[in-house]
Amino acid sequence: MIKGRSVALALLVTWLISSSLFSFAQESKIADLSGNAKAGKALYRRYCITCHGVHGDGAGENAPHVDPKPRDFTKATFKCRSTPSGDLPTDSDLYDTISRGIYNSAMPSWRPLTRQQRADLVAYIKTFSPRFHEEPPVASIVIPPEPPTSAESVKRGEALFQSLNCWSCHGKEGRANGPSALTLTDSKGYPILPFDFTKAPHFKCGETPRDVFKDLSTGLDGTPMPSFADSMKPDQIWDVVHYIQTFAESDRSFFHRAKSEGKLQ
Amino acid sequence: MSKYSFHIAAFVLLVVSVIMLCAAGRSAFIPAAGGTSVTGVVKFKGTAARPTRIDMSADPYCAKAHPSGATTEDVLTDANGDLENVVVFISDGLGTTTFPIPDEPAVMEQKGCQYKPHVLAMRAGQKLKVVNSDSTTHNIHPMPNNNREWNVSQPPGTPLEQVFAREEIAISVKCNIHPWMRSYIAVLKNPYFAITDKSGGFEIKDLSPGTYTLQAWHEKLGSKMQKITVGEGAPQSVEFVFQ
Repeated sequence: MIKGRSVALALLVTWLISSSLFSFAQESKIADLSGNAKAGKALYRRYCITCHGVHGDGAGENAPHVDPKPRDFTKATFKCRSTPSGDLPTDSDLYDTISRGIYNSAMPSWRPLTRQQRADLVAYIKTFSPRFHEEPPVASIVIPPEPPTSAESVKRGEALFQSLNCWSCHGKEGRANGPSALTLTDSKGYPILPFDFTKAPHFKCGETPRDVFKDLSTGLDGTPMPSFADSMKPDQIWDVVHYIQTFAESDRSFFHRAKSEGKLQ
Repeated sequence: MSKYSFHIAAFVLLVVSVIMLCAAGRSAFIPAAGGTSVTGVVKFKGTAARPTRIDMSADPYCAKAHPSGATTEDVLTDANGDLENVVVFISDGLGTTTFPIPDEPAVMEQKGCQYKPHVLAMRAGQKLKVVNSDSTTHNIHPMPNNNREWNVSQPPGTPLEQVFAREEIAISVKCNIHPWMRSYIAVLKNPYFAITDKSGGFEIKDLSPGTYTLQAWHEKLGSKMQKITVGEGAPQSVEFVFQ
């Protein structure tokens, strides 16, 4: 009997240690911040639950009225990542999405929350999928410095836009009117539109040229947008970034900015 | 708190630990060559929808690849009702045995803006090699429920290798650039599977004697199961009928 108790005690200790390891995985690290899942849960229940739902599955009470649909955190498939297609996002990727919000969706910017609160939310969101403690963290892709925009670079980008069939969805004029545009669905089967480049720089995953480089390299998981990391060299990705910018109609765009700064003839 | 609660907790922990230990201690099992084969045929009863013409005009390269027109491949039957592209596999009866994963990759080819094969079966953990034999860019976008989702662009001649870690019957794969392109990848945890050929036939080789559940899966017609008992020697013959 005593032996049985000591075995049980040993098992109990092992179990407690392993469960504390799991709770470690529920934290988040964003630069100097450490997020806490418990604090994040309270914030989630106040700010996020109506769309993303109590179970984090994107089935909150507002979800039926929202298009595109709220993210289902249980799948751990995220559009905005700095990591290769299929991999988990970094904590900073999730933090950036919460901070930035997503254009053309119901997801607002959460900059009104403190940095600590946003880090806490990241920690809590990670608890919805076991992948965050099953899979080791993945490093962000390396984005080389942007070469200067030039007419040649734009021209090379245009050729790639043709040969890589970007136009099939985004359209030859970048207006999201390619032949396949209306057939697209997200991975839950909901219709989804390709990005209309005349709306640049209001990209879903950030406005800067580096963000657009990242989108092209990693793809937007859960959507029809694939990763081009293996199909283009970094210089070529920059060429496509430069070409895409020429579609923008807003004078806030890099293209127009570059033009006004005399960098582009 | 009852004085038994400690014992109950200890017992539960013990059971959980034993299960975990058993799971960790599974041994690899190499299928015995010369075991019994299970052969059979999969039939479709009723009027199958005829393959329809695919409009590939959105990409001139694809349209040109099929001078006489390409047709859909979702339900393929011949005049006798033999059903092609059905995944037949052992879904139960092998216990917790694990099997070595082949070094050779499973290959999925994109040719004429269609997938070859239309239905592929492979092992969990086995390499999947995706080949683009076309002169146009495709993107390969599997949409799994039990594996991680990825989506990668593949211009002509670019190599691509990926792995599905977990069993899943079956993962639907599409090319978003060419919306008519669709294939299915069945990811299995044992080597006992086959895909029916043009005459609906299949053969699963080298099964040890025992009782198994044999399952047949079709992308449009769903799943059928039956219990089979495999003895020594004489091959077992099985028929599945979808409606």
